[in-house]
Amino acid sequence: MQTSYSNTKATLALAKASFRSIMRSPSAVVFTLAFPLIFILVFGFLGGGGTKIDVAVAPGSDLQNPIIAALEKISVIRLTKNGDLASINKSLEKGDFDAVIDVEKNPAHLPAYFTNVKYTSASLDKGNILKSVLNELSYNLNTQNLKPNVTEIRASTVNGRLYRTIDFILPGQLGFSLLSTGVFGTAFVFFSLRQNLVIKRFFATPVKRSSIVLGEGMARIGFALLGALFIILIGHFAFNFTLINGAVTVINMLVLATMGIVVFMGFGFVVSGLAKSESTIPPISNIITLPQFLLSGTFFSIDAFPTWLQPISRALPLTYLNDAMRKVAFEGSNLWDVKHQLLVMLIWGIGIYAVAVKTFKWES
Amino acid sequence: MPMENRNAIISVKNLVKNYDDFKAVQGLTFDVYENEIFGLLGPNGAGKTTTLEIIETLRPKTSGEVTVDGLSIDKDQNSIKRIIGVQLQAAGYYPNLNLVELLELFSGLYGVSIKPMEMLAKVNLQDKAKAKYKALSGGQKQRFSIATTLINSPKIIFLDEPTTGLDPQARRNLWDLITEIRNNGTTVVITTHYMDEAEQLCDRVAFVERGQIIALDTPDQLIDNLIAGGFERKKEVKKANLEDVFINLTGKEWRED
Repeated sequence: MQTSYSNTKATLALAKASFRSIMRSPSAVVFTLAFPLIFILVFGFLGGGGTKIDVAVAPGSDLQNPIIAALEKISVIRLTKNGDLASINKSLEKGDFDAVIDVEKNPAHLPAYFTNVKYTSASLDKGNILKSVLNELSYNLNTQNLKPNVTEIRASTVNGRLYRTIDFILPGQLGFSLLSTGVFGTAFVFFSLRQNLVIKRFFATPVKRSSIVLGEGMARIGFALLGALFIILIGHFAFNFTLINGAVTVINMLVLATMGIVVFMGFGFVVSGLAKSESTIPPISNIITLPQFLLSGTFFSIDAFPTWLQPISRALPLTYLNDAMRKVAFEGSNLWDVKHQLLVMLIWGIGIYAVAVKTFKWES
Repeated sequence: MPMENRNAIISVKNLVKNYDDFKAVQGLTFDVYENEIFGLLGPNGAGKTTTLEIIETLRPKTSGEVTVDGLSIDKDQNSIKRIIGVQLQAAGYYPNLNLVELLELFSGLYGVSIKPMEMLAKVNLQDKAKAKYKALSGGQKQRFSIATTLINSPKIIFLDEPTTGLDPQARRNLWDLITEIRNNGTTVVITTHYMDEAEQLCDRVAFVERGQIIALDTPDQLIDNLIAGGFERKKEVKKANLEDVFINLTGKEWRED
C-alpha cells in the first residue's frame, strides 16, 4: 500500500490552497492592488499637465508692453493680473506664486522698459526657469531690430523622452505593493496558521517543513507578480507609463519584483515569529514598512531629502528596488546594469533570512 | 465483543515526558489492540493529549518505547504518519477555503487521490461541500475533522476529545460515526471526559492520572471490579436517566443548524 510519497505534489497542493486563500482575502487584495492603484490614479491625473510657473503681475505695472505680451504667449507661464500687493506677497511666501513681475516705462526712453522681477525662496527651481525664460526674452526683444554684428546664436534643443510623473510614481508604488504583500501577508498567514494549529495538523501528515514554506512562498510570489503585472499594464495603457523595451522591460521588472518579494517575505517570517498576538503584527510590520514607504523614494526622489537623511534612505532595500525598477523601465537598463541594486537587495535577503531562521516559530 | 489474544497495533512501554521540571507522563505502559476503540480517560492535565501527541509523532518523548504497527516513533516518523489519521483538539483549518478545497489540500499533503465528495459523504456533510469550515456547527466541525483523518485510509485514527461541547444529539451521531469507522476495520484511540461516552463507545479504557495509568480494562470489567469491592450508588438506579429524557423529548434526529 506504501507508494512513494511526492513532496512536489504536497508543495503544489499547498501552493494552490494558499493562492486560493490569498485571492479571497480582502486585505491582501487591498494592500497589493487597491492602494497602489489609488496612488497611481491620483498621481497619474495630477501629473498630466507638466510644470507651470505662476507669475503675478504687480498692481502698478504697465500692461501694454512687449514684455507682458511675450510672456502671455509662453505656455509654461501663467500670468495673474489684478492681484493686490498684500495678497501677492503672502502667496509668494507660501510659494503659490513663483514670482512677481513689475514692468515700468522708462521716462528716459532707453531702454524703453524696466522689468523688475521678485523671486521667492519658496520656489527656487521654478524661479530659475523663469529667469532663463526672461533672459531669452530680453535678448530676443533687444536684438529684434538689430542685425547681429558678431554672431547669431542659433540654439536648438534635443527632444528628450518625456519623463512623466507616472514614470516616477509607478515603480515606487509597485515596490510598496511588493513590500506590503511580502511583510503583512507572510506575517499574518504564518502567525494564524501557527496560532490555529493548522501547521500542527499539517505536521500530522507526511509533508515536509520545506514544502510548507515553499508552497506558501510560491503562492505569495505568484500573487505578487500578478498584482505587479496588473499595475504595470494599467499604468502603461491608462497613463502612458514608459516601458522602453516593451515586453522585455515588463519581464525584467517582474524579475526584479520576484527578487523584491522574496526579500520582503523574509521580513514577514521574522514578524510572524516575533509577534506575540495577532494585534502586535500590524505595529511591528509598520515599523518595517512605513520608513521604507516614506524614505525609499516611493513618492519623492531621495535626492530631495536633507543630506542627513539620505544615508538612511540609501540603507533601505526598497530604495534599491525602486531605483532598479526606474532604471529598467525608463532608461531601458538590463538586469546586469542594475547589478549594484540587486547586490544590495541580495545582502538584505541573506541578512533577513539569517534572522528569520533564528526567530521563526512553527508552534506556539 | 471481547476477543482474547488480539494483536497489539500500538505498544507503549515506560513512556516518560518531562517539560522542564514538570513530569507530564511518568512511565506509561499499555497496548492498543487492532480494531478496537481504545479510550484514554482522565482529568485535564493528566497527560492524555501529551501521550497521544507522542504516539502521533508530533511531540518528542523524554524516554520509553513506542511502536505503531511495528514502526518505531524514533526512526519511522514519516511511515507512521502515512498510516495514521489525527484529529487535534481545537485545530483549525486553512483560512478562506471550503470543505472540498480543504480535502483536496489534505489529499495532496498525504499524497493520495481521493474524491472529496465521497469523503464528505462518509461523514454526512455532502450539502456543506461549498461551506467554509468556520461556518459549520460544532458537530459538523468535528465530523469534518474526522473526514480529514480518513483521507489516507489509515489503520489507526486518534480523536482528541471529539465530543467536547456538542449537544446530546450531535454526540450520539458522532458515536455512531466512530463505531462505523471501527467496524470498517480502523483502530480508534479516543480521549474523553464523558464516562457515559466511554462506557458506550470504548472496547477498553485506560484511566490516566498525574501521568500514570491507574486502571486499564473493559468498561464492564472495571464496573464489575468496583461493585465486587462493595461499592453501591447512593441512589437507586432508575431505568432511565436525564439524558434519556432529553433525547426522548427533543428527538433523536441529528440537527443541522
